[in-house]
Order: sequence, then structure tokens, then C-alpha cells
Amino acid sequence: MSDITRLIIVAVGGQGNLLSSSVLGEAALLAGIPLRMSEIHGMAQRGGVVESALVFGNAQSTIISDGEADVLLGFEPSETLRALNKCNARTVVITNLSPLPPFTVAIGKGVYPDIAELQQIIRAKTARLIALNAVDLAKTAGNVLSVNMVLLGALIQTGILPVTADHVKQAIRTKTKAAFVDINTRAFDLGFETASRQ
Amino acid sequence: MHKLLTDQPGATMVLLGNEAITRGAIEAGVAVATTYPGTPSSEISLNFFQISQESSLYFEYSTNEKVALEVAAATANSGVRSMCVMKHVGLNVAADALMTLAYVGVKGGLVIITADDPFMFSSQNEQDNRYYGKLSGLPILEPSSVEEAKNMIPYAFELSESLQEPVIFRTTTRINHSTAPVTLGAIRDRVCKGDFTKDPFNYVTVPAVSRKLHVKLLANLDKAAELSETSPYNFVSGSGAWGIVCNGVSFAYLCDALQDLGIQDKVKLLRIGFSHPMPSKLIKGFLGSCEKVLVVEEGEPYMEEAVKAFAQEAGLTLPINGKSRDLFSRLYEFNPRLVRQVVAAYFGVPCKVEPMVDLSNVPEIPQRPPNLCAGCSHRATFYEVKKAAEGLSTIYPTDIGCYTLGFLPPLSMGDFLICMGSSAGTSCGFSKVTDKKVVSFIGDSTFFHSGIPGLVNAVFNNHNFTLVILDNGITAMTGHQPNPGVDMGLMNLQGYGQISIEAVVRALGVPHIAIIQPYKVKKSIETLREAFNFKGVSVVIAQEMCTLYAKGFKKTKSRAYYISDKCQNHRDCISQLACPAFFLDAEKVKIDPVMCSGCAVCAQVCPENAILPVKA
Repeated sequence: MSDITRLIIVAVGGQGNLLSSSVLGEAALLAGIPLRMSEIHGMAQRGGVVESALVFGNAQSTIISDGEADVLLGFEPSETLRALNKCNARTVVITNLSPLPPFTVAIGKGVYPDIAELQQIIRAKTARLIALNAVDLAKTAGNVLSVNMVLLGALIQTGILPVTADHVKQAIRTKTKAAFVDINTRAFDLGFETASRQ
Repeated sequence: MHKLLTDQPGATMVLLGNEAITRGAIEAGVAVATTYPGTPSSEISLNFFQISQESSLYFEYSTNEKVALEVAAATANSGVRSMCVMKHVGLNVAADALMTLAYVGVKGGLVIITADDPFMFSSQNEQDNRYYGKLSGLPILEPSSVEEAKNMIPYAFELSESLQEPVIFRTTTRINHSTAPVTLGAIRDRVCKGDFTKDPFNYVTVPAVSRKLHVKLLANLDKAAELSETSPYNFVSGSGAWGIVCNGVSFAYLCDALQDLGIQDKVKLLRIGFSHPMPSKLIKGFLGSCEKVLVVEEGEPYMEEAVKAFAQEAGLTLPINGKSRDLFSRLYEFNPRLVRQVVAAYFGVPCKVEPMVDLSNVPEIPQRPPNLCAGCSHRATFYEVKKAAEGLSTIYPTDIGCYTLGFLPPLSMGDFLICMGSSAGTSCGFSKVTDKKVVSFIGDSTFFHSGIPGLVNAVFNNHNFTLVILDNGITAMTGHQPNPGVDMGLMNLQGYGQISIEAVVRALGVPHIAIIQPYKVKKSIETLREAFNFKGVSVVIAQEMCTLYAKGFKKTKSRAYYISDKCQNHRDCISQLACPAFFLDAEKVKIDPVMCSGCAVCAQVCPENAILPVKA
């Protein structure tokens, strides 16, 4: 299993996680690393959760079982916490800290978890937690929609995936709109730097 | 040029499983493709739709799966390679056509895609359509990976033409929605015109003809069984005295499991990709060389039953297991960890299990169910129906589409649903034996698909209910596909007709018909109330374009609304409409101006008139 790396990405529909999977797919192709992915996205446009599984290396499976993710990347803090079933004690977790409370909270059918407690729980149960406000960093980069690129930067900084920052930046140039390449690259760098300070 | 038309044999492309299937059909020279959209198959058709706009391929969104199969049955019997695409439950709708088409057979290749959905990610059941092979007597092919799906499609066409029978190509969600590198093959020339040779004593299925055709079908089935024995898609890999028979995605999980467990040299895998008819000699030979066999298949024990029967025929008494309380379930989908653990337990080898994190002290996380979009007109209609029905004891049969989500609180509009079109038919039954007011919901596409016969029944048998037709001008749930009521001119596509739902309902002789514009709340409630008071069949058509679809046509966004200081915090807006554009900020309701579509329904609901348009 050693040459296989399993990454789970969870997000709320519309957060741009499918583009980040597509960028990673391109980066893996550039790096010559086999990559298989699967996505469940039937309800994405209607505010549901979108989960992607990315399996790097010589595996045949395209999905990741509970407890078997090497890395968990969460675009929304409560969704990161919800996906903790995919983790084990060696898993590295990266999460955006900017909440998108589900509608059930607004109609009084649930309480949004406390962000500080949420981080403590994840930190206590996994190998490493990188937590950053990707929305603020995306704004600093020049576009609030670059949240996905900020998180990719933090993900690559961990060094767990068999693709380099250069591969990903090259993939950003081919997979994202020309007008946004500079902002997206800046967002990636900001995410990378922020993760390296944690 | 569409990327799936790329003519570079040997090149590698990263494709979604559904794209790989479309590409396989292009490589096979498919000339006709028909469908009714349904997840997880929808992207296959979407790609055909796009390709048909820049090539000689004929593609159509048919009214329903039965019609789609009938169209393809005729084109294939005119010698033209054809494909018919649907989700698993679609094959139930098409089953009447399928069963006798199997008797008649085809001339040109016909491949029927059925996309099964173990775990029901987006379906009402998880039926295992391999049984349609047994039921109809038709061959079934099942890929184990995205790349194999692409390669198997040209094989499926050749098989269909060599047997002169349709071939059922069965996928599961994890094939349709996985992505992997695929090596492109050569594209065969597309032959779009054929001819039909009259042969009524082989084509017109009166009893005397069908008695003869059934004999032919059984002879074909014998031929298919011979082909299954030597098919490259039924193969043995590995060596050892333990045996595993598997299909579909389970093969991938098993390859990984055997490597993880380090027992590649102890276990032989028999992968079945040509699963109807099952290769009896191959399986008997395999069983004869094993001490113990495990059958690994999602869904029903389809292969397990066959394998056990073959063992009996061969006089073999080795243990053969698959579905049982201690091994595999018939429920849901498998995953690599589950397969690894069951294999280890069955063959008695150690399995290192990475402990999952302890979730016991994780606080309860609020659910995030899918929701009707901000500004969705269905929400407005549901609210208006609820208001119009105040004081009445009601039953709300519903149907399949985005509006099914209306069954969730706080709208809670949806009491019964079994299949496409069931709203109208079940309303007849509920209104006959209960004293409740029955109000049912059906979307435009579902109405055309299979809602009309239920309404015909209601008029003929003089039932008493109100059918609300939610006409949002598109098939929204599966990703905005056309249906017979859609104005194709909006998509800049010519050469289509357009059918008025109102004209259909009038022609059926529905005695009370009304039309509402759901964004006009007060008027809609009045109109609905009149319909509810009518004794007999009444139809209310709610006309408003899907807000998500409409975005593509609008040059400027409508002005968003905001909650002014006049708000007294009644929260009728949030508690009764539950539009996702609302959020709570320090216990006051606010509207997210980015999400707000400007439909103004909440402004009409607010008792203080506190919700106002944002000033330009």
C-alpha cells in the first residue's frame, strides 16, 4: 500500500472542488503518476455535499473506505468534521475555516459546531491539522472564488501527494480560465505559505 | 470539435466513465442514440447530444425509455448501429419493448445501456438489472473499470451483430462517475442510413410468429453461451487453490485487496464481464481447480446462484459462498476495506486493520440535505398549495424531479412516491378510498414521460383530485435536458416541435383547468383554492422557468431583496419558505444578495411587508 496515496475532498456544491480535482488530475498526468477518481455530485447544484475520492499510485479502486484516507481536504469546516470517518491516526487534514452553515441551522434543526472545538477534535484524532481561512486568503489573492486554489496550495505543501507545486501550477495554467491564472497561482502560493507556517 | 471525436488512436485522455462509454460508441461507429435522462447515466447522453450537433450522429431525448428503445429497435432493424441509454429503473419502463424485441432481434448492432445505482445515490431503488438478461434471454456485458467500459462497447456492437440480438450493457454508479486515463482507439466510419426489408412473418409478433421466434431466441442464447465461454471479458487471473468469482467494480477492489493481503499467489480470480449467459464450462473448470470459492458481487446473488448450480451439475461439493450474514450483503455498494476484510476472513488470512478515528465525542453536525434552489418556483407553488389547502385534510402524492425535495420540512409537500408518473395514478386510488383532499405534483418532463396515462384514467373513471403540473420548461433534476414541452429555440436549435401541456390537458377533457404564475402568491392561492373546491379532476399548471436554467438567458440579474428595519422577526419567510438565501445573523433573518434571485415571493409572504428590493 506504500506507493498509494488516498485523498478525500469534501465541499458544498458550488465551492469549486470539482475544478480542484480536475487540476490535480492534470498535475498527476504531468507527473506521470497513475490517478483514479470518483465523485458523487448528483445534488451539487442544490446545496448538497460533494465528495471526491482521488487515489494516486498503482491501485485499481476509485473509492476510499472509511478510515483509509491519507489526506482529507475540507472546503467547509463542518463538512471536514463530518468526513472524519474517512480518517485514521496517520491522516493529515487540511480545512478551510470559513463556515457555510447548512440551511437546517437557519430553520433551527441543528447547531453549527464551534470552530475552535472542531479544530481541537480533529487535531487530537489525526496526525496533523492545517486550518486556514481560505476565503480571506482568496480575497487577498484577488478573487473570492479562488478558495479552491488556496486549499490546493495548502494540500501540496504537506508533501504527501506525489505531485509537486510546479506540476500543479502548470495544471492551473491549462485547466483554469486564462483571465484568472495569475490570481489562481497567487492564491495557490498563499495557501502553500500559510500551511508551511503551521 | 468535441473532445470525444478526437481521431488520435493510441492517445491517452482522462475521461469520466460516462464519457468513456460515449467514446466507445463513437469508436464503434454508432449512428443513432436515444435516451431518457437519468442519473447515473445522464452524461452519456449529454455527450451524444453535443456530438450530434457537429456530426452525422442522430441523437434524441425521447419521451420515455420505452419510446427510446422502440426508436432504437427500428433503426437497428434497418441495419443502423444504435444505442439506447437509460438508468436502471428506466429499463422497467422499457421492459415491454425489451422482452419482445428479444424475440424479434436486430440487424444492425443495438446496445442498451442500463446504469444501476447500488446504494441509491440518486435513485428510488437499487434493483440489480442483471436479471433482465435472464428474463429477456439477452446477453449482458459488465465492465470493471472506466477504460474497460470504453473498450467493451465496440465488442458489444460486434456481439449484437453476430447474434442479431440487442446486448444489455450494465454499469454501476462507480463506473459511470469514476475518472481514469483511457487509451483512444480508431473510429469506425458511421453509417447513418439503412433499409428495412419487409418480413412480416418474422417481425409481426402475433402468437404464431412469436412461437417460432422464441425457438430462435433460445438458439441464440445457446450461441451466446458458447461466446461467453471464450469471451476475453471472462478470464482467470492469478493462481492458487482458493477461488474468487467476481464482476464489475468488485474486481478492482479485489485486485487491491489481494495485493494488500499479500495472497496473490494463493488466490485465483475469475472475472465475469460477459455475465449472461454465464460461461458454464469455464466456471466448472475453475471450480474443479479450487478448494473453496467466494463469489464477490454487489447487489443480488446472481452469479452465486449460477455458480452453485454449475457445481451441482459437475458433482462438485466444495464450499461456495457469497451473500450471507457473515460475508457480503445484498444491500448498498461495496468498498475496498469491506472486500479486503471479507476475503481475509473467508480464507483465514491475517488482515491488518487501520483503526478508524473514534467518533464518539464528535458533536452532532447539522444535516446538509439538498434543497430547492433560491428562487425556485416549486417552493412558491408548494407554499401556495399549503395555504390554499388550509383547513382541508390532505394527501400529497408526488413524483420524480427536483420537486421531490419538497417533501422535506418545512414545506413537507410529498406523501407518496413510487416511480415516474405515479402521482396521477396513485391520486386516483387515494381519492377513491379516503375522504381526504388529494393534491398531487408532477413536473413537465415527468408528465410527458408517464403522467399522461394516469390523467387519462382519472378523466375516464371520473376521479376526484387536483393535479398540479409544475412546468418549469426543462428537465431540471438531471441537468437541464430538453423534453417535449421545451422551447428548443431558446437553445438556438431548430427542427423541433413543442407541445403545450395546457393543450394536452384540454384535449383530455379535464373538466377544470387553471394556470398560475407561482411568483404571484395571492392570485395563485385563490386559483388553487377554486381548483380544490371543484368536485372531479382538476389540473393547475404552474408556469415559471427553472431559475437555474433561466440564469443562462438573462443578461442582467434581477434585483435582490433585503430585509428592512420594519422586520418584526416573525420569521414566516424562513420558517415557511425556507429559501436557502436566508440566513440568521445575530438572531435576525438576512438575505444573501448573491444567492437571492429576486423572485419576490418572500416579500409577499412577510406580514410586515419588511422585505424590499435592494435599491439600484
